Amino acid sequence: MQNNHLIELRDIEKIYKVGTIEVPALRGITMLVRPNEYLAIMGPSGSGKSTLMNLIGCLDTPTKGTYTLAGEDVSRLSDNRLAEIRNRRIGFVFQTFNLLPRANALHNVELPLVYAGKPIGIRRQKAREALAAVGLADRTHHRPNELSGGQRQRVAIARALINNPSLILADEPTGNLDSVTGEEIMAVLDEIHRQGNTIILVTHEEYIARKAKRIVRLLDGLIEKDDYVS
Amino acid sequence: MFRFIVEILEGLRIAFRALRANKVRSVLTTLGIIIGVTTVILMTCIILGLNKSVAGQFAFLGSNTVYVNKFEWFSHNWREMMKRPDITLEHMRRIEEESELAVAVSPWAETQRTVGFRERKLSRVDVGGTNENYILTNPARPEIGRFITAADVQHNRHVCVLGYEVAQRLFPQQNPLGQRIKIGSIPFRVVGVQERIGKLLGQSMDNYVMVPIGTFMKEFGRHHWMSIIVKASGPQEVENLVYELRGILRRARHLGPLEPDDFGVNQQSSLMNAFLRIMGGVYLGGFLIAVISLVVGGIGIMNIMLVSVTERTQEVGLRKALGAKRWMIGWQFLIESAVLCSIGGVLGVGFAFLGAKGVNGFLPTTMPPWVVGFGVIFAAVVGLFFGIYPAMKAARLRPIEALRYE
Ligand SMILES: Nc1ncnc2c1ncn2[C@@H]1O[C@H](COP(=O)(O)OP(=O)(O)O)[C@@H](O)[C@H]1O
Ligand SMILES: [Mg+2]
Repeated sequence: MQNNHLIELRDIEKIYKVGTIEVPALRGITMLVRPNEYLAIMGPSGSGKSTLMNLIGCLDTPTKGTYTLAGEDVSRLSDNRLAEIRNRRIGFVFQTFNLLPRANALHNVELPLVYAGKPIGIRRQKAREALAAVGLADRTHHRPNELSGGQRQRVAIARALINNPSLILADEPTGNLDSVTGEEIMAVLDEIHRQGNTIILVTHEEYIARKAKRIVRLLDGLIEKDDYVS
Repeated sequence: MFRFIVEILEGLRIAFRALRANKVRSVLTTLGIIIGVTTVILMTCIILGLNKSVAGQFAFLGSNTVYVNKFEWFSHNWREMMKRPDITLEHMRRIEEESELAVAVSPWAETQRTVGFRERKLSRVDVGGTNENYILTNPARPEIGRFITAADVQHNRHVCVLGYEVAQRLFPQQNPLGQRIKIGSIPFRVVGVQERIGKLLGQSMDNYVMVPIGTFMKEFGRHHWMSIIVKASGPQEVENLVYELRGILRRARHLGPLEPDDFGVNQQSSLMNAFLRIMGGVYLGGFLIAVISLVVGGIGIMNIMLVSVTERTQEVGLRKALGAKRWMIGWQFLIESAVLCSIGGVLGVGFAFLGAKGVNGFLPTTMPPWVVGFGVIFAAVVGLFFGIYPAMKAARLRPIEALRYE
């Protein structure tokens, strides 16, 4: 019955403990995502967007509830198992790009393949292809500080795509970019979506969210609205 | 397995990249390791060198030889021993008469004097008194001229045989044979020059002159430290010879059965043993210094690796987000620590090499290739050990916290 869902979140709660104080960041989230959906998560600051993304991205585990990713219950897995799943299934795009500053674009892009245990020849070749796919074929040996913000985010997108993940997660991917560059990046994501990828992105900007096909609005750790964009 | 190799290569690449970014800091933190490895290697080189040269040098004392002295070598009970009677030529005569195992017997008395030829003077030269049998008891050969003869001894002639170095320094141009030199203020005629022996523990063994024993006693006093050198027919006879000599000496001294020896019968092997004991002490000292500096160095490495982990929390978070497992992250920092220390090890070996060259003037050293490998690997092991804690710390970082870290 759940087979046609890529993501199944059921009654997800996440409580952070800060000293003795418990901070409830998510208070019961149920959400289903099909393959090749393009979903934007919106909401005011502190509403739990990043927390939700971290859970979906298997960077963290929920305090309560179950999370099934591609048919596999991942809500109670060990550190190392989660690492494997992230490596195989999820591509991350961060607001601050998070590239290794001392490594060139090629090396940054091939990183997930390193942790997949792929030999260097295959890594290099795939990384070149992925960079070419985001329009950076001529920037393979540039370091992050030799690239513009938009180019850096493209490198990050190439990195997210390289291991053929089931899911691309982008937490405010345009947050550190000017609007023109932001549009460019959104165009790249659009293209990726058209090729059949599933994308979940977090954004503050209504016009960015409009690019998605579905918008989930969070408020105080709960889903306030979940609409398909017409 | 294949995957493991990929990981090792990747770890090395990351380590070198990180170390290149912090060159100065990297070298500074390895200082302790450098000192430790330098000490270990230098000590090893000196000890290997000493052992090699000393084994050869002691042979010159003669392996089948026994020394009858006033004291046991390396005994420490000085007050008791100062009361002992001297060894005299009379004892030597008794040994010559009574011993059946002795192949050759020679006396040896020794002092230091200034030796001069015309205006040239050498101070503190060892002056030895002996007889013609010395070339039988000791492997001493004349290079030119002849050794002291029975006639020289019988007539208390003022003739002398020069050690190689004395000959070189007193007679840089001329032939020393037949020349008159002064030992102290007494004139002697040079009849021979001995073969070169070389150095022992950095001291020249060729800085001596030898004169007939009777002449020695007449001119330089009845010396208190006279000893008798007795040669056995072979190594297996040495123990028996010692036993026999003790009997002869005890009879000569009229010692009762319960009285202890009041003389020493010493063997070359006891000198070697004492040397080894001293070297053991030297080695232990060097070893302690090395261990201390390696521990201090290792803690320095641990410290800098902890700093490195903190500085690179975001990097660790990112790598984990992209699928790095705990051991992969830990491995990365372990390799970095080992590489850092190996660099210290390489530098340490380099300094030890220079140091070995430096001390070679007064201490013999050898540096076999395995010592180089040993130094570097040892440093790497220290790095691995002190890298464990920082590596574990890095490996346990939780990805979300690491990514949030500013
Ligand atoms: N690691 C954390 N430890 C403690 N509290 C946290 C942590 N991460 C987030 N929070 C809290 O959880 C709530 C939701 O945070 P977050 O998911 O970052 O919201 P958003 O991304 O929508 O701004 C906030 O109140 C925040 O302070
Ligand atoms: Mg956020």
